[in-house]
Amino acid sequence: MPGQFRRRLVSRIMTAATVLAAVLAVVPLLLIFGDLVAKGVSSVNWDFFVNSPAAPGEPGGGVANAIVGTLIIVGLGALAGLPVGIGAGIYLAEYGTNRFSWIVRFVADVLNGTPSIVVGIFAWTWMVKPMGHFSALAGGVALALLMIPMVTRTTEEMVRLVPHSLTEAALALGYSRWRTSLGIAVRTAWPGIMTGALVAVARIAGETAPLLFTALGNLNFRLDILQPMQTLSLQIYVYATGPFEEWHRLAWGAALVLMALVLVFGLAARYATRARFSHGR
Amino acid sequence: MAAERPIRLRTEFLSAYFNGNTAVRHVTLGFPVNSVTAIIGPSGCGKSTYLRCLNRMHELSEGAAISGRVLLDEHDIYAPEVNPVELRRRVGMVFQRPTPFPTMSIFDNVAAGLRVNGGQKRRDVAALVERALQRAGLWDEVQDRLQKSALALSGGQQQRLCVARAIAPEPEVLLLDEPTASLDPAGTVRIEDLVQDLSQEFTVVIVTHNLQQAARVSEYTAFFYLGELIEYGLTEEMFTNPNDPRTDAYITGRFG
Repeated sequence: MPGQFRRRLVSRIMTAATVLAAVLAVVPLLLIFGDLVAKGVSSVNWDFFVNSPAAPGEPGGGVANAIVGTLIIVGLGALAGLPVGIGAGIYLAEYGTNRFSWIVRFVADVLNGTPSIVVGIFAWTWMVKPMGHFSALAGGVALALLMIPMVTRTTEEMVRLVPHSLTEAALALGYSRWRTSLGIAVRTAWPGIMTGALVAVARIAGETAPLLFTALGNLNFRLDILQPMQTLSLQIYVYATGPFEEWHRLAWGAALVLMALVLVFGLAARYATRARFSHGR
Repeated sequence: MAAERPIRLRTEFLSAYFNGNTAVRHVTLGFPVNSVTAIIGPSGCGKSTYLRCLNRMHELSEGAAISGRVLLDEHDIYAPEVNPVELRRRVGMVFQRPTPFPTMSIFDNVAAGLRVNGGQKRRDVAALVERALQRAGLWDEVQDRLQKSALALSGGQQQRLCVARAIAPEPEVLLLDEPTASLDPAGTVRIEDLVQDLSQEFTVVIVTHNLQQAARVSEYTAFFYLGELIEYGLTEEMFTNPNDPRTDAYITGRFG
C-alpha cells in the first residue's frame, strides 16, 4: 500500500527532525559547560574561594569578594523584587479584569522587553546620582526592577492555571474571596510560582550591564551595601577584557563558579518548595 | 401532595439571568426538611443554574443576576444583611467532578470547611473529620492514610471525600450538582446509597440527568424545561402518572 508507505516515511522523517532539533538545542549548552569546566577548573581551588583579587599582574588571588557580592546584590534584588512581582501577579490573576490591570500588564510586558542596560541607566539616574556614589544597593534595585515584570507575568500565568472548579469548591465551602485566592489558588500554584521566581533569580544573577554603573565593582572584599561591590559577572567582565593571562584564567574560574552557584541555588530552592504531594503517593 | 412537612428551603418566583438572558423563569418550589428532591430536565433547562442560586454561587458568574426570593428557614438569603460567605456554610454543595484540594491531605480536605468557620478546637476538628468521613462511607478506606494526598484516591472516593468535606461543617441543606456524572457504575451506586442516608440529617437537593437515579434516590422530583418548572410532586407519582405531557414525553425518553 503506497499510502501507508508514504505515511510511515513522513512519520520517520518528522521524528528524526524533532530528535535532531533536540540534539541541536542541547549540544551548545553541553559545549559551553564543558568548555567552562575544562578552562575554569584549574583555577578553582581553596585559595580561589577565600581570597580577593591580587594586585594586577600578580599571580594568585580569588573571587571571594565577588561570590559574597553576588549573593548580597542578588539577594537584595530578590528581596525587593520577589514580593512585589509575586503580589502583582496574584492581583492580576485574581482581580485582573479592570482597566488598571490592563495597564499593569502592558507595562510589565514592555519592561520585560527593555534592555537591561536601560534599567541600569534608570537606577543610575535615580539612585547613584542623588547618592553621589556607586553602591550595591543601587545594583540590587536595578536587578529588582528587572525581576519584577518577569515574576509578575509568570506568577499570573501559574495562578490562572489553577482549575476554576477548585476555587469554586472553596467558595461553596464558605471560603471568603481572599482566603480562596491565597489558601487555594496561590497555594496550588505555589510550586509553579517558585519555579518562575527561580528562573528570574538565575537570570539576574548573571546580569552584568545594569551593574556596570550601579554596583560598579570592587577589587576588595566589602560588605557595606552603600559602597561599590563586586559581583561574579562584573569580575568576569573585568578579567576577561583585561590584558593579563592570569586574569583570563581567573575569569574562566569565576564563570564556572557563577554557573555552579546558579545551579546549586536552583536545585536547593526547588527541593525546598517541591510540591508536598508528588503524584500517586 | 406533601405540603404538610416543614419546608427548609424554598424559592418564590425565582428567575436567574445571564447578561440579560433568562436561564430560570419564575420558579416557586419548596424543599421539605430531611428529604431528597431531584431536579431533572434536559441539558440547558436551567436546573444547574437554579441550584446555584440556592447558595448564591450563581451571582459569582460574569453578568449574572436574579429576581424573586430564596428563603432558608423563612429568611431571605438575598437580603442585604446576609453575607453570602456565611450562607454557603449553611448550604453545602458538591459538584459534577470531584474537586479535592490538591495541596491538602485527605484529613485537611475534610477539615477545610471546619477551619474556615473558626472557633473549633484541634481535638474537635479531628473528631468532626472522622464523623464526616464515617457518614460519607469513606472512613474505613482512608483511616490509615489520612495524611496522604487526596489525589491518590479513586474518582469515586474523591467524590465521597467531597461529600464529607461538604457535610463536615453541618450545613442545613446539601446541594448536589450531578454528583455521579463522572463516576463509574460502582462509584455511582455508593453515592446514591449515601444520598439516601444523608437525607436522615440534611435537606438534599440533587440535580441529575439520569432519570433512574432520580427515581432511585429521591422522594420528590421537579421537572424543569426551558428554564421553567413544569411539574413537581412525589417522585413515585411523577414517574408513574405525570400530569404534564412534556413530563411524560421526557420521562418516557421521547426527548432530552
